[in-house]
Order: sequence, then structure tokens, then C-alpha cells
Amino acid sequence: METLHPNARRDPFGSRINRAQSPLLAYGLPWLTILLGSLTPWLPIIASAPILPPFGLMFLLAWRLVRPGLLPLWAGLPFGFFDDLYSGQPFGSGILLFSLVLLAVELIEIRFPWRNFWLDWATATVVLAGYLAITAVLSGASLVQLTVIVPQLVLSTVLFPVVARLVAQLDRLRLMRVRRIN
Amino acid sequence: MAPPASRRTGSNKKAQLGVFTGYVVAGLGALFGAALLTISLLRPETFNGLRTMAADIASPAGEVGAAGRIGTQNVFDAIAGYYRAGSRNAELEREMEIARVRLAEADALRQENVRLKALLGLSTDDTPPVAVARLIGSTSSSVRRLGYISAGRNDGVRPGMPVTSPTGLVGRVLETGATSSRVLLLTDSESMVPVRRATDNTVAFAEGRSDGSLRLRLVNLGINPIKPGDVFVTSGAGGLFRPNIAVAVAREITRDGAIAHLLSNPAATDYVMIEPIWQRQAREALRTGPDADAQAQAAQD
Repeated sequence: METLHPNARRDPFGSRINRAQSPLLAYGLPWLTILLGSLTPWLPIIASAPILPPFGLMFLLAWRLVRPGLLPLWAGLPFGFFDDLYSGQPFGSGILLFSLVLLAVELIEIRFPWRNFWLDWATATVVLAGYLAITAVLSGASLVQLTVIVPQLVLSTVLFPVVARLVAQLDRLRLMRVRRIN
Repeated sequence: MAPPASRRTGSNKKAQLGVFTGYVVAGLGALFGAALLTISLLRPETFNGLRTMAADIASPAGEVGAAGRIGTQNVFDAIAGYYRAGSRNAELEREMEIARVRLAEADALRQENVRLKALLGLSTDDTPPVAVARLIGSTSSSVRRLGYISAGRNDGVRPGMPVTSPTGLVGRVLETGATSSRVLLLTDSESMVPVRRATDNTVAFAEGRSDGSLRLRLVNLGINPIKPGDVFVTSGAGGLFRPNIAVAVAREITRDGAIAHLLSNPAATDYVMIEPIWQRQAREALRTGPDADAQAQAAQD
């Protein structure tokens, strides 16, 4: 009998025989990365001005845009809650804004069902600009000039494709067949 | 990319209901967030317990990161020092000669200072800090400027205590957890510190501007005496910060004061000291002061 090529029963996600995807990895990885993104205040960067982009929201957006339907529509509530614990914003602003962001992306997707990279980037830019402006207004700080958020907005716009690419790589990792079926 | 098929419900009643329920739950989540936000804007201290508990849980990770930051700095310094050892050695010996002279002068000045203070009846002992802690993080993606330090209630830290670094004032403690605390940095727009010019008694308020600089507002309006390069220190008014902690250097002059930049840049700060609140000591100073002051105090009371 002819021997098969060793990769004949494999695809980029691993062997197709006797292996299956792990639900924990497939559903847990997006949640884990978004929560880790919300932990940026614990990076050893002590900034005297807001410079770092809101990584929690950026990972949420990237996962939402690359895999519609993977995160439930109500996911803004838990993610916003976690973000509020560390972000320094008044409690509740994350819950409100993350929920509104997910609803807004949903509406954009209904309006433009066929999406591409440029539309995703434009969506993310609009959402991030709105988010940063509203957080500056709702921060409870008095008399903040809105120009304060400009460096942060530029940085998050430029970094979004990088985050989206990272999430796309994680998406392949997420679907690896790691579970052995007996 | 094509839209996902799950969105197209068709005439499937169950799928239609599922999508509808999703929207309702998401809307309710947003409303819940709005309610919490309103509460915390009206009463900012409502959710302190929750936040400090979360900070206590995450702070060990932050501390490891902070230690790493300091460690790498030392590694680079060590390598750089090795390459420049010879020239550095000669330079240091020359500096040491000068320093010995200066030290002798400083000793003389200190003795004179002690003598003059004894004449005035002032106490000379410095108050020891409540705790020494690492600055382990900051809200670097929010407009609010809050920092996290690795000391909390267990170390004796209480809200309101000033946080200083060797180069000047950093901020004051806002909320305390068991092992970590949140610090209101000087550049937060809610932070306001009474300051005076180091060379005379031009008093002003230093307010944060959220972008890394401070706005100095003069108390006595009139001709603006500030010049770029003037150093401002805490004045001790208000009783929270002890006097003469360095705060800021004026950079550009405005109509009612100046824009100043911070002297103790938190980004370059590894360790900070948490000092006791100045107020009690101020009261003691008043009580033990000359009779005239005590009478003035009695008259005020």
C-alpha cells in the first residue's frame, strides 16, 4: 500500500484525524486578550499625559470586526466593568461606552454588510475618536481641553491595524485542533 | 468579506427572537452603565471599595513590571559605565576634590543653620515618611491622571497623604487598598496645590492640565512678577503638604500666572515616599510658637 504524505491529513489548524478544537481555547482566548488589554494601567509606564491607546477597547473592536457573532452583543457589560476597575474613569463609563460601541458596530455592519480592511479601519477610527472624546468629557475632570486626546487618538488609529493583525494571528491559534478525541 | 449567515434570520421565529433579545440585553447593559456613571459622577467615592480590591489583586503583577523597569535601567548603566571607566575615573577624582570643599562649606552652613534655628526656637527634626513604595503604574490611557503605588492601609497609608520623590512632589493619596493605593498625580485636572516662588513669597495655585504641565494662578492679581525659569515650592497653606517641597518650574507666562512643567517627572520616578499629613504638625508649631502667634490664634478662634 502506498504511504500517504505525512501532511495529507493536516491543515493549518492541525491534524484532521482524532483531533478537535478546544472550546475553552476557542471561546476563552478572545475574552482573555480583551481583559489583558484593559490591564494597560499596570504596565510600568508612568505617563504624565494620556498617551497610551485604550487597548481593551481596541482588542474588543478587532475581535468583533474579524469574527462577527463570536462575542455576544451584551459583552460590553462585563468588559466595560473590568475596564472601569483599572482605567481611572468614573465607574460605569466603560460599561456604557463599550455597550454603545458594540451596538454602533452592529448598526454599521447592517448598513455595510460587505466589509474590507479599509472599512474596518475607518469604523475603528470613528469609534475610537468618539470613545476618546466622550471619555474626556465624562472623566469627571474639570475644564479639560479636547486637544489633550489628539496624540492618543493618532497613536490608536495608527496602531489599530497592528492590533487587528495580532488578533487575526490569535484567531488562527484559537482554532487549532488541540483536543484529542478518544 | 461576506456577512455571517447567523444574522439572516429569515422566517425562523426562534432566531428572530434571539437577535431581538440580544439587542434588548445590550441596551439594558448600556442603561445600567449610564446609571452607574451618573452615581459615580455625583458621588465619586461610591465604588472605591471595588476598585481598591481589584487594584490589590493586580498590583503584584505591576510590581514585577516596575522591578523589571528598574532592573533593565541598571543593566544598561552598568554596561555603559564599563566602557567609559577610565575617563570617568579621572573626572570623578576631580569632582571629588571639589565636593570635599563644598562638603566642608555645607557643614559650616548646617551648623550655622542649627544655631539660628535654636535661636528662633524651631524644631529641626525631619518627620520620617510613613512608607516608601514603588510607583507601579498609571492610568496612561485616560484623561484622569492617577497613579498606583505599592503600599496601602497595611503600611499606614491614608487618603490625603502627600507622595513625594527625591526630586519633588508627585501627588497625594486618593484611595487606599490593603496593599496598594491610588495617587492623584499633580497633573490631574482635579489636583490643586498651594505654592510659592522659592525666592520670595509670591503665592499661587498649581493646577493640573492633564497634558503633563501645570497652570500656575497667582493669588494676588496685578503685575505678573513671574519669569520663565522661576522655581515654585509648596507653601504649606491648607495643611496638607509640608512647606518647601519642589513642585514646578515656570515655562511660559500667561495673563494670570504661568504654565509650568513638573520638577519630579513621574516617568523617571522609581521609589516614592508617602509622608504624613502636615496639618497636625502645623497645629503643634502654632501651639509651641511665640506668644504673639498663640494670641492671634486665640483671637481667631
